[in-house]
Amino acid sequence: MSDEDIVNNNLTALVVDDSPMIRKLHEMHLKKFGLKVQVAENGKNAVDLFRCGASFNLILMDKEMPIMDGAEATKELRIMGVTSMIVGVTSLDSIFERQAFMEAGLDHCFTKPLTSENIIFLLQELNNKNNEEN
Amino acid sequence: MERNPLRRQLQIMRKSLFDQGYLDEQFVQLEELQDESNPNFVEEVVTLYYRDSARLILNIEQALERKPYNFHKLDAYMHQFKGSSSSIGAKKVKAESTLFREYCKSGNGEGCMRCFQQLKKEYTTLRKKLEAYFQVARQAGPMETACRPK
Repeated sequence: MSDEDIVNNNLTALVVDDSPMIRKLHEMHLKKFGLKVQVAENGKNAVDLFRCGASFNLILMDKEMPIMDGAEATKELRIMGVTSMIVGVTSLDSIFERQAFMEAGLDHCFTKPLTSENIIFLLQELNNKNNEEN
Repeated sequence: MERNPLRRQLQIMRKSLFDQGYLDEQFVQLEELQDESNPNFVEEVVTLYYRDSARLILNIEQALERKPYNFHKLDAYMHQFKGSSSSIGAKKVKAESTLFREYCKSGNGEGCMRCFQQLKKEYTTLRKKLEAYFQVARQAGPMETACRPK
């Protein structure tokens, strides 16, 4: 995937995090790569967006959030039939806890904050996924 | 070498923040996200950091007032605080957070208290330095692209 392809995409993303700082940071990171971004403050808001008919190619999901955490939201979205790429972004350092988060239905899990390298990787994965589906 | 005196001052302030170990590479990542359409992005993120983290500092303070210490809870709060601090490249604050967590893991209450006092000093010092830096940055106007400290 060329650098031009990486930026000229029609991809949409949802950043789900209870920290306003992390939402702002990740939103900017994704926008820099040409994605259209929305944000949600917790897992329940994210699930509600999908219930209202929204859809996103990529979801960045924090783990620790009030009302509905990332694992619960991920499970709920998968039960609803959501096939978006869901990427956990967490500060959890226990392997056991990260594994449990992955098992909720994540495609990948990264330590926050995301870096440009992480995003390039995800865009390439999304590109591969789109190619397989077409 | 920057000719504009304000920008030169800004460069010196920035270099000092890195040379004295207050900031690390993550701050440069923030700067790289700033552009003409978001000229105050770094300052906005730092402002959000201080707003978010004030709550965590208060939680830790309150937890340290309750005896016996709940080291698991203290560790959980500090883990969150460390994560936030890492996001803006707050190097010294992050180092104290790591030390605090080690004291929690070894059940060393006195160590936690001492470390927390030092952490608050570093946190406040960094805030003052960044406030001064952003004040000059606003006066100087938009800078060229972020450069990595040598």
